[in-house]
Amino acid sequence: MTDDTKGRNPAAAPLALGRKVRGLSDRALAWVFIAPTIFLLLAINIFPLIWTVWLSLTNYRANRLNAEVKWVGLRNYERILTDPDIWYSMQATAHFLIWTLVLQVLIGFGLAYLINRKFKGNDLWTTIIVLPMMLSPAVVGNFWTFLYQPQIGLFNYVIAFFTGADPASFSMIGDVNLAPWAIVIVDTWMWTPFVMLICLAGLRSIPDSIYEAAECDRASAWRQFWTITIPMALPFLMLAVLFRGIENFKMFDLVVQLTGGGPGSITELTSINLKREAFEKWRTGFASAYAVILFVTVFGLASIYVKALNKVKER
Amino acid sequence: MNIAKLAAASAVSALALGWAQSAQAEDLTLCWASWDPANALVELSKDFEAKSGHSMNFEFVPWPNFADRMLNELNSGGKLCDLMIGDSQWIGGSAENGHYIKLNDFFEQEGIQMSDFIDATVTGYSEWPKNTPNYWALPAFGDVVGWTYRKDWFERPELQAEFKEKHGRDLKAPTTFAELKDIAEFFQNREIDGKTVYGASIYTERGSEGITMGVMDVLYSFGFQYENPDEPYSMDGFVNSAGAVAGLEYYKELYDCCTPPGSSNGYMSEGIDAFKSGQVALQMNFAFTWPGFENDANVGGGKTGYFVNPAGPDGAQFAQLGGQGISVVSYSDKKDAALEYIKWFAQPEVQAKWWEMGGFSCLKAVTLDPSFPASQPYAQTFLDSMAIVKDFWAEPSYATLLQAAQRRFHDYVVAGNGTAQEALDGLVEDWTETFEDDGKL
Repeated sequence: MTDDTKGRNPAAAPLALGRKVRGLSDRALAWVFIAPTIFLLLAINIFPLIWTVWLSLTNYRANRLNAEVKWVGLRNYERILTDPDIWYSMQATAHFLIWTLVLQVLIGFGLAYLINRKFKGNDLWTTIIVLPMMLSPAVVGNFWTFLYQPQIGLFNYVIAFFTGADPASFSMIGDVNLAPWAIVIVDTWMWTPFVMLICLAGLRSIPDSIYEAAECDRASAWRQFWTITIPMALPFLMLAVLFRGIENFKMFDLVVQLTGGGPGSITELTSINLKREAFEKWRTGFASAYAVILFVTVFGLASIYVKALNKVKER
Repeated sequence: MNIAKLAAASAVSALALGWAQSAQAEDLTLCWASWDPANALVELSKDFEAKSGHSMNFEFVPWPNFADRMLNELNSGGKLCDLMIGDSQWIGGSAENGHYIKLNDFFEQEGIQMSDFIDATVTGYSEWPKNTPNYWALPAFGDVVGWTYRKDWFERPELQAEFKEKHGRDLKAPTTFAELKDIAEFFQNREIDGKTVYGASIYTERGSEGITMGVMDVLYSFGFQYENPDEPYSMDGFVNSAGAVAGLEYYKELYDCCTPPGSSNGYMSEGIDAFKSGQVALQMNFAFTWPGFENDANVGGGKTGYFVNPAGPDGAQFAQLGGQGISVVSYSDKKDAALEYIKWFAQPEVQAKWWEMGGFSCLKAVTLDPSFPASQPYAQTFLDSMAIVKDFWAEPSYATLLQAAQRRFHDYVVAGNGTAQEALDGLVEDWTETFEDDGKL
């Protein structure tokens, strides 16, 4: 075979390529540019999703490579949806999700409202408030286990100081009644600053002229808050709820470090439960079905929510 | 032979030896849990490096993540580990899924006799199926759940007098679980040297295997059995027998009455901390922790005593087996060098040194040596405990079986949900479902 490129002018190659590219239609050129991205998307997102759906219809176990994989149809889905333990886990997740959202929105918006006012040391306070969200969740979970320690924990001592109770008389992460609140408190401590920042952006986007016009109309501060501040900051608040909602639906690291899902299964959120099924019990097919159900739930809820968000923004 | 010939012959020999050594020298990686015995093994292995020319690397993972990390490695056919000191319960899955190489031929070829090792460790760490001569590991580290107590507190005359007055017997290491609870209650919330102390530290950890190891350690002596001895995998009436229910109720009572506040998620390291810091009078823990107490500033120097797991109400006495065997990973490219390591490790003099350095040897030549019981304050307790061991399921589905037990036991003991009978009935259901999935029922 001869190499017919020998002796060619090197500058000719780019020209030839340029002619070829010039020969492509706009549509073809667009495909050339987006094809790598589409390929990556298919390889990294779509293929695993389809593969997971297929696995969810089998009894496949990733730790038994030699075992026969049997088609079980919708049996895994049926078992999940009729398993009281999984519903219990969903309930624990709902409790965590609802209370963290409520507290983070209320406290986050309150902090943003205060920080939005001009005062000395404003920047310093903002920096101090956002510090918790800069920490790793695993680290936060770990050090809060010490704060919650009945014998040496600062949290117990603070509560004891205000209530007069014996600090060793209650265990935040060892008591079935307190543990669900223990994880809510830590997540709120860590992520309220995030909600505050989004709300702050919303508050600062409201033009001063609107408030000035309201004052000319002698609107009270209370009325200004309900008719100007809240409606105009609402899309930002809803965005914060969306972000935190999705994040907390798949909460794992913080809670594993804090309680390990205990006591019993009282703080075993769905993501922890799913991890146990997939990588401790190695019921891969079952766990895949579980993951598909969670995905559909989050995707469905998020889609409805985004539509509502868009409607609020259009108003 | 003249000098020139001798020099030439020497040069050829040296070259040949050098080539042979360079051809055989390998970088071996041994995987194990991250704990004190692992550090001792690093020291011990320097002898192997010097003698074999191979170099040793170590991959140690903390206990709570050990199973997750290493089983992932094995399941994915990873080549990270040439040698694995895996938990005893992995043996079934690792044998059936081809993660470990079978060692029978190697043992025969090298003259390694399994009868030279403590019988329970051979069954627990090496055999699959159990009680058959199919060996997948060499017993490497014998371990068993036992108890430590504050001997210095027990010896205080005022405490002895008070205890005798209350219970009509001497304050000494308990021989039954009923006695153990009396002692734990006696110490609970007691002021000693100006500090409030508590009765006992027991296993309650939820995430990996902690509470199951603790509960099983008690249940065996109360009559719990994994299955009908005449009908494999038939569990109803054995797992949830009246004795087993009483045992689980006892464990919960012990947890409720006599553990330090905040003991809802404690395993080995939490037990060590509680004992070393002088929080508890009694501590349940694996024997591997015992050498550490002897050297500790707070509880060493004769302040710590050791006792075998006490007997149940009917006199039955068993203890939960711990420990591991060492296996060659089938995915390794250096299997020959890894087998050399096992051959070196099985030698009696290496095993003797292993015991001296804090490793719990399983070789009878070491443990049955007349000097062994007096070699350490805990040596006799270790021997006595190893004679009464039972182990958790070692089935390929052990992880599923274990997680079911973790959830049922923690739900009842720590969270206080339901009754002991319900917890064990639920466990029978969970385990039956797992064996049905496996096609064994």
